[in-house]
Amino acid sequence: MANFNLNINGEVKQVDVDPSTPILWVLRDHLQLVGTKYGCGIAQCGACTVHLDGTATRSCMLTVSMVGNSEITTIEGLSEEGDHPVQKAWLEVDVPQCGYCQAGQIMTAAALLDKNPNPTDEEIEMAMNGNICRCGTYTRIKKAVKLAANS
Amino acid sequence: MSQHHNTIGRRAFIRNSGLASGGLILGFSWLNSCKPKQVTEAAVLEMPKEWFEINSYLKIGENGLATIYCPNPEFGQGVMTSMPMMVAEELDIAWDNVLVEIAPYDAEVYGRQFTGGSQGIRTRWEGLRTVGASAKQMLKEAAAKQWGVPVSEITTADGVLTHEATGNTLGYGEVASAAMEIAVPEEVTLKSPKEFKIISNSKKNVEGKKIVTGKPMFGIDYQYEGALVAMATHPPAFGLKLKSFDATKAKSMPGIVDVFEINTYADDYKRNFFDTNAFTELVVVVGKSTWEVMNAKKSLDVQWEPISDYEYTADRFGMEAKIKVPSGLESSDAHYAKMEELASQPGQVVRKDGDPEEVFKTAAKIIERSYTCPFLAHNCMEPMNFFAHVTEEGAKLAGPLQAPMLIEGAIAASLGLTPDKVDIEMTRMGGGFGRRAYAHYAVEAGLISKKVNAPVKLVYTREDDMTFGIYRPSYQATYRAALDENNNLVAFHVKAGGIPETPVFADRFPAGAVENYMAEQWEHNSNITIGAFRAPRSNFMAGVEQAFLDEVAELAGKDPIEFRLELLDRAMKNPVGEKNDYEADRLAGVLELVRDKSDWGAEKPGVFRGVAAYFCHNTYAAHVLDVVKGTDGTPRVENAVCAMDCGIVVNPDAAANMCEGGIVDGVGNAMFGGLTFRDGATQQTNFDKYRIIRHSEAPKNIEVYFVQNEIDPTGLGEPPFPPVMGALANALYKAEGRRMYNQPFISDKPDLVG
Repeated sequence: MANFNLNINGEVKQVDVDPSTPILWVLRDHLQLVGTKYGCGIAQCGACTVHLDGTATRSCMLTVSMVGNSEITTIEGLSEEGDHPVQKAWLEVDVPQCGYCQAGQIMTAAALLDKNPNPTDEEIEMAMNGNICRCGTYTRIKKAVKLAANS
Repeated sequence: MSQHHNTIGRRAFIRNSGLASGGLILGFSWLNSCKPKQVTEAAVLEMPKEWFEINSYLKIGENGLATIYCPNPEFGQGVMTSMPMMVAEELDIAWDNVLVEIAPYDAEVYGRQFTGGSQGIRTRWEGLRTVGASAKQMLKEAAAKQWGVPVSEITTADGVLTHEATGNTLGYGEVASAAMEIAVPEEVTLKSPKEFKIISNSKKNVEGKKIVTGKPMFGIDYQYEGALVAMATHPPAFGLKLKSFDATKAKSMPGIVDVFEINTYADDYKRNFFDTNAFTELVVVVGKSTWEVMNAKKSLDVQWEPISDYEYTADRFGMEAKIKVPSGLESSDAHYAKMEELASQPGQVVRKDGDPEEVFKTAAKIIERSYTCPFLAHNCMEPMNFFAHVTEEGAKLAGPLQAPMLIEGAIAASLGLTPDKVDIEMTRMGGGFGRRAYAHYAVEAGLISKKVNAPVKLVYTREDDMTFGIYRPSYQATYRAALDENNNLVAFHVKAGGIPETPVFADRFPAGAVENYMAEQWEHNSNITIGAFRAPRSNFMAGVEQAFLDEVAELAGKDPIEFRLELLDRAMKNPVGEKNDYEADRLAGVLELVRDKSDWGAEKPGVFRGVAAYFCHNTYAAHVLDVVKGTDGTPRVENAVCAMDCGIVVNPDAAANMCEGGIVDGVGNAMFGGLTFRDGATQQTNFDKYRIIRHSEAPKNIEVYFVQNEIDPTGLGEPPFPPVMGALANALYKAEGRRMYNQPFISDKPDLVG
């Protein structure tokens, strides 16, 4: 066990965990930030996506000891009132079915638009390809990303 | 308008003291999790100071805000929005002033709290509208009393009662308290579809804001003071069971509380049809955090041994059934060989019209084709999990499950409690697809909590989830068709089976449309457990039947839609047999709609089109898929046009979302889905090997159209899914020049020469 000071959603959080602990479980078990989801544990499904210094990152394979002073943003910290353009677009298009993967989808989409404000359909697909939606809301996700890009 | 006797049961109107206080306890309180600001955004009104419970589905605040309880669990099909819409419609309240919560599990009050079989909307249609209409009637009577006017002179709109002659008006909140004293009406009048203001007008997902902001909603998110984390290890292959284990190392690892064995079912417990479970003896690791438990689980030294043949008695919907479980370590190669062998032998004839064998002997043209599909895992994005806190007083459980009534008996029996001591909370589910109708994991959580005498959350890893069983079976079907010299379909023969169950629906189309028809089936037992998977059996039969009919139409030299419509015309005008389980005119209706909307018949260079139509779960679906080849030759669905007839559409945009998802799921499973076995073990254990369709593989565009009618609504969770495989196979044929017979299509390649 070791102490880590983590910069999460603009606040410094101290946790005492095994250095090999993935950020996913630090968030979920130790900080009660459960919006970031466990889906596969091997960075294949994207449900656990957070931003690490603004880059979409799979938190299930990002160990706490690797983070250092980097800034982590989770779905809870994406906006204060749930009004990030991507979140608003998601509501406008009424994307979710079960909703489980959507935090990860939104985090990936937000990181994409931050770097590429007007992505083509192909760029959206490439960026979003690591996020599985088992309910199959892909066409709505693409629509919402484009709506957010235009807002 | 129509008169409806109040049939939802008197118990629904008995006020639950827990609810009346307004302090409904739901683990993580759904209402309290909404900050006041969010509530204001979601609803026009502030949170009321006091709630008045009109019935168990509905409470109204003094300011007119209403909370409607959704009785059925939500796994993404949208019932938390559509079911309250049905109540609100008849209540005559502004939708903006409605809050929604999931109801507590109480089958005596709420009836069948079940999500599955696409039956939710269909079975709740009358009851939930009656709930709203009854409450409205009670509010009207309370107002009539207050004003001293005849109740018949009072009108309602948007939560306001009006007596036009006197100009009196009252908000629902102002008479809600008095309405609680009014006797529940014996009979109410329900609106006709033309009067609907909420139903058939799209409403956004009421849980949307919580979803996009990452609020705790799912079972896996369940928070409880002092809760431990548990994981369970099951045998690595079907046909194996626990022999022994050494937990010395695991127990010494940091954060680990205990390691022990559980046996899921009590010795004298009689399993029901949904207690499917190959792995009843598990090694459990309990600890303080997920990561610590995961690591300790990996360090377990467990010995497994082969099972012997065994059997158990299960209650199959009131009938006793002997379930035989064979020993052995099975493999997919052996499965396919066995299915081919059984397909070549006579099966059990389940329907015969005319004299098909005689007609096949003399027909002008005969075509025979065989199809297969693999096992599939549900792969809900939220892995199986459940929370349990078992004390001497009773058991409190919470988590994702489709049907609490199917598992509460097993929980009670395993814990040695009476069912009334078992409290189950239904959380939002991260997908279900049938998998969570088999909630053995809730029993396991209960046993673990009892053993460690603490609140516990049991969480399956993805690998645990994918390898535990309860899969879509592997199937095989052989079709034969005979055409006369005028290219009329004169005989049709389907013979199908599977491991371990048959997928045959003897009375579905084209039964009823062909003079000489035969359906045969066979089964081969297995120790690999199976269960309901989105549109059970239809999810294979629709695709292969529609792919076969496409080939028959081609042999007959007819357009595939016209060919089907000709058959349906026969089934409408002069049906063969009496047991046909579809309405031919409605099946023809979706085909005509999809033909028109897709501009079928128009030549589009580089676009390869396939069509399919199917009836299942009381709803009619037809799709046209357009396949386009990428620059590297990879085919992809560019556009999908979908026509559905589910009667009245309660929440059209959400209904379209279901259809879009069904099409994506259909394309994904047909192209890529497959769980294969070697020596009893699945060869895929996570998403690195088990291929789920991704963004760049999904249809680029999907259009959904509904047949407009006033027929009572039926479900949409399953019906759009099964015919997709057929439409895709037919489009791929046009694109690739060869037919697809074996799912997944990605690996259905011709044998290499040389």
